[in-house]
Amino acid sequence: MRTRPNYIAGAAVTLWLLIVALPLYVMVAASVQSRTEFSANGPVALPTGFTLDNFLEVFRSGFGKYFLNTFVVTAGVVGIVLLVVPPLAYAIVRSQSRSTTLIFRFFLLGLAIPVQAVIVPMFYLINSVGLYDTLLGIILPTAAFALPICTLILSGTMRDITPDLYEAMSVDGASTARTFLRLVLPLSKGGLSTIAVFAALQGWNGFLLPLILTQSDSTKVVTLGLFNFQTQYGINVPGILAAVMLSMIPVLLVYLFARRALVQGLMGVGGK
Amino acid sequence: MTTLLPPRPPAASDHPAKGHPVRPGRARLNRPGVAWTLPATVFFLLFAVIPLIAVVVLSFMTWTGLGDPKFVGMENWQELAGDPVMLKSLWLSLLFIVLGVATQTPVSILLGVWAAGPQRNRAVLSAIFFLPLLLSSAAISVLWRALLDPNFGVPAQFRWLFGDGNLFGHQPTAIGVIIFVGMWQFTPFHTLIYQGAAKSVPPVLYQAAEVDGAGRARQFFSITLPQLRNSIITSVILMVVGGLTTFETVLILTNGGPGTDTTITAFYMFEEAFRRYNFGMGSAIAVVLVVVATAISLVMVKLSGYDKMRSTMEGV
Repeated sequence: MRTRPNYIAGAAVTLWLLIVALPLYVMVAASVQSRTEFSANGPVALPTGFTLDNFLEVFRSGFGKYFLNTFVVTAGVVGIVLLVVPPLAYAIVRSQSRSTTLIFRFFLLGLAIPVQAVIVPMFYLINSVGLYDTLLGIILPTAAFALPICTLILSGTMRDITPDLYEAMSVDGASTARTFLRLVLPLSKGGLSTIAVFAALQGWNGFLLPLILTQSDSTKVVTLGLFNFQTQYGINVPGILAAVMLSMIPVLLVYLFARRALVQGLMGVGGK
Repeated sequence: MTTLLPPRPPAASDHPAKGHPVRPGRARLNRPGVAWTLPATVFFLLFAVIPLIAVVVLSFMTWTGLGDPKFVGMENWQELAGDPVMLKSLWLSLLFIVLGVATQTPVSILLGVWAAGPQRNRAVLSAIFFLPLLLSSAAISVLWRALLDPNFGVPAQFRWLFGDGNLFGHQPTAIGVIIFVGMWQFTPFHTLIYQGAAKSVPPVLYQAAEVDGAGRARQFFSITLPQLRNSIITSVILMVVGGLTTFETVLILTNGGPGTDTTITAFYMFEEAFRRYNFGMGSAIAVVLVVVATAISLVMVKLSGYDKMRSTMEGV
């Protein structure tokens, strides 16, 4: 089966490749050109010169600090998710009580809550506990909204651990906690790295929560920096594209190393 | 697939009555108790569920961000009911959803089915197709805003195609750009859903069709599509909820304009709350968002028989 070449699929795939790759090409090409060259050549042209001035300008406008902030937020979100999700997923998979089933349903319903829906009370809450304009104030809600999807993914992987292994552990007299530390965590490494990547993406790419919950330059994250850069230097297209490109580099590096974890995690969301 | 479904209950033999394991061999197994779920559950309650309840309460109050919220009864709701921009925003949201589903679904099904197959270069191309999904909505929107800049971007270079080049200045083209950028960003995600599902279609079905002399198109429509049914529903529900809550794209690409021509409900909520400091009104709009999103999802689940999916899966 499927031996004849599928020309329709081939054409469609090539078209989509152009749609995905061309903008990325324009971005890379523009970011290494000076503004005069860029406006002379137009966006869809081979770059004639090469300069790193755009990147320097981006850093001069404060992006170094924004990167640092984003890194702190990302690390915080990943930390919280890795701390609270594994015990939860373990209980969901292994406990046979009615209450854990209910809690799992509760987290599944949580998948449907959009951040926009709760942003006003979140603003109120973060304000009243004195976390407004702090990085912790971004980390906590971002991590909370990453929980449902991470729980779904991790409990999916934990289900693959066979009952025999649990039985062997319990024959050896291992406690629940010991089983968790010695059996469940080591065998869920794949799932753990998937949810870490997911949490990191949420932390790195978050926009609305930082927009609403911070205001000063010292707590600004990269996504907000991009937005600001665009509104302030709207005519400096190469500069803006250089900034966008810089914001992508860390994610691309993670993608390079964690592609499998990420793709399989996403496939599991709807593919079973 | 589990997304909007209750988890599959443990097999009946595992716990027939109130969690008492029957098989003696399993009785001494240590099972984690509810305590293991508490850190995550309390955290989630605090930052997602309580705010969700609070937004309903706030919708009956007026608050400008200073001082304490004051109770005003139905005032926000009455004002919202007669607000033409609110009504327009709901229509626009609906239009965004329909156009989003109509553009993303066919492309992602085709790409997903293609990516599930054995073609050469598939891994490399899939890796490239996946890229937009990694980027933040903010970065993507800023990128496209720059690419489509009326004076320095692509439209300025191809005037014969784009006319005055100001794609953001007219309602149809502004909507078109937002839909296109959404498609660019989210097609990879839905492609993955379909890729996973297409991979799990039993090959024996295709072999049987081959024996019966069914062509590729016939196989696609008679086997692949029906087998993808549940994934289509998952994917479309995610598109609907995603479309309803599109925010960064609108803020960065069009800022809701021209006028209020791309002010969808999620963006209107942001404007009322955080630009006009009408937090009570913003909350009321947020409640509408949640209700509409939930209602659409429930209706789709009911209409499609998705809630009875377990039985269809047993057949395969």
